[in-house]
Amino acid sequence: MKPVDWPRPSVHPMRPPSPPLISLTGAGVRFGEVQALHNIDLQLHAGERLALVGANGSGKTSLLRLLNGLLPHQGQRLLHTLPMRPGEAKPRKPVSAMVFQRPFMLHLSVRRNLQIALWLAGVRGPEREARLRAALDRVGLDNLVQRPARALSGGQQQRLALARAWAVRPDILFLDEPTASLDPSAKREVEALIEAFGRDGMTLVISSHNLGQVKRLATRVIYLENGRMVVDLPVDDFFQRDALPPAAAQFLAGELPWH
Amino acid sequence: MDAFAQSLGLALQLISTADGTLWRIVGLSLRVSATACALGALFGLLLGAWLAVARFRGQGVVIGLLNTLLALPSVVVGLIVYLLLSRSGPLGSWGLLFTPGAMVMAQTLLVVPLIAALARQLLADALREGGSELQAMGAGPMLSALLLLVHERLALLTLLLTAFGRAVAEVGAVMVVGGNIDGVTRVMTTAIALETSKGDLPLALALGLVLLGVVALINMLIALTRRSPSGWTGATA
Repeated sequence: MKPVDWPRPSVHPMRPPSPPLISLTGAGVRFGEVQALHNIDLQLHAGERLALVGANGSGKTSLLRLLNGLLPHQGQRLLHTLPMRPGEAKPRKPVSAMVFQRPFMLHLSVRRNLQIALWLAGVRGPEREARLRAALDRVGLDNLVQRPARALSGGQQQRLALARAWAVRPDILFLDEPTASLDPSAKREVEALIEAFGRDGMTLVISSHNLGQVKRLATRVIYLENGRMVVDLPVDDFFQRDALPPAAAQFLAGELPWH
Repeated sequence: MDAFAQSLGLALQLISTADGTLWRIVGLSLRVSATACALGALFGLLLGAWLAVARFRGQGVVIGLLNTLLALPSVVVGLIVYLLLSRSGPLGSWGLLFTPGAMVMAQTLLVVPLIAALARQLLADALREGGSELQAMGAGPMLSALLLLVHERLALLTLLLTAFGRAVAEVGAVMVVGGNIDGVTRVMTTAIALETSKGDLPLALALGLVLLGVVALINMLIALTRRSPSGWTGATA
């Protein structure tokens, strides 16, 4: 695997002057009788690294999926058109990819799993092979291309999931507790890759229970409670407990008792 | 016991000397059941995939009905196909009754519910595991189900071999729609029934042994596929 630098210390970001990618206005999600998210207003900007935190059942995963357009919802979700870059023929919407806590791999080789992801993303021909090679090289799995994906270790499977996401060149990468089921060594490798993606300019939205990870990776933190957005702060402000409402401060104290 | 031993000896002789009648019957049996399973796989897998992802009013009733059809008696299928293909039936003009085509049709109808019901269950479980991720990658519901057919190909192969076993071993449907005509529609199971009633036990026993051999071969294939060799990972470049 290629060495990847550890995250640099968080720097308090100013509200990014970058363009908005996704806007939610009065958005809610209901599963049958349960209202999982209530009246969410939020704007995600390009280059942000947004962490969603909160207790189990607070709505982190639902918000992540809502932002990624995977859930039917109330209210409005707007996917903004990106400003045109030099060389682009026409305006386009942001491309997104998602990595799950336990990645689902088809009973196929590493290569086939990546090929299918690229095929679903509409990447064809020689371009597909080039991206496949680059993605495996990026996550350090280039020597396991023919291996059955399900025979990989948990950490390797999560790196393959990251390769699968990275290969489609997303503007936004959604990560649902990407290191929750990994051992410390695999956790470090995966976190380093995520951090490297963020440094490359990819917008990240990550749900996590690991506040240390949030502090290392995020520039902005949203704290959710019972499906409501309670806190939305730059990461440094979030970890200044004085600035938090009592419920969020209590959560922070529970997760970081030494804080 | 002597009669059994004598019949067994004659049966083995028929098999070892490649008796023409015996192998014509075996060949037709395998052709009819293999064709029925191929058609059953086409319709059954598509129906199962669709039922795994579709959401419509009355879906539970349809799935319940499909599960009930798993226990459909083959003779009832034969009767339905007979009514469809008889001169006065809606498909009478096809002229298929008492031909191998009618037997293929009957056995296809017999295996479609089996393949569809079990494939639906298999895919529903797989979708629970990986449906959200495939959706996030851009696959629609039906495309997700089709990808999961590839994902579950080992289990599906077992299912298809089971369906073939059911088709090749049934007697009711092929007897009703085929008529057990010598050299035309006589297959292993109908021949065994006829030769036994005529008292020609060696031929019946020989056919029985071949049928047993076919079923044993199917079981061996199922066991082999369950070992999941590396060739089943799609690892070829």
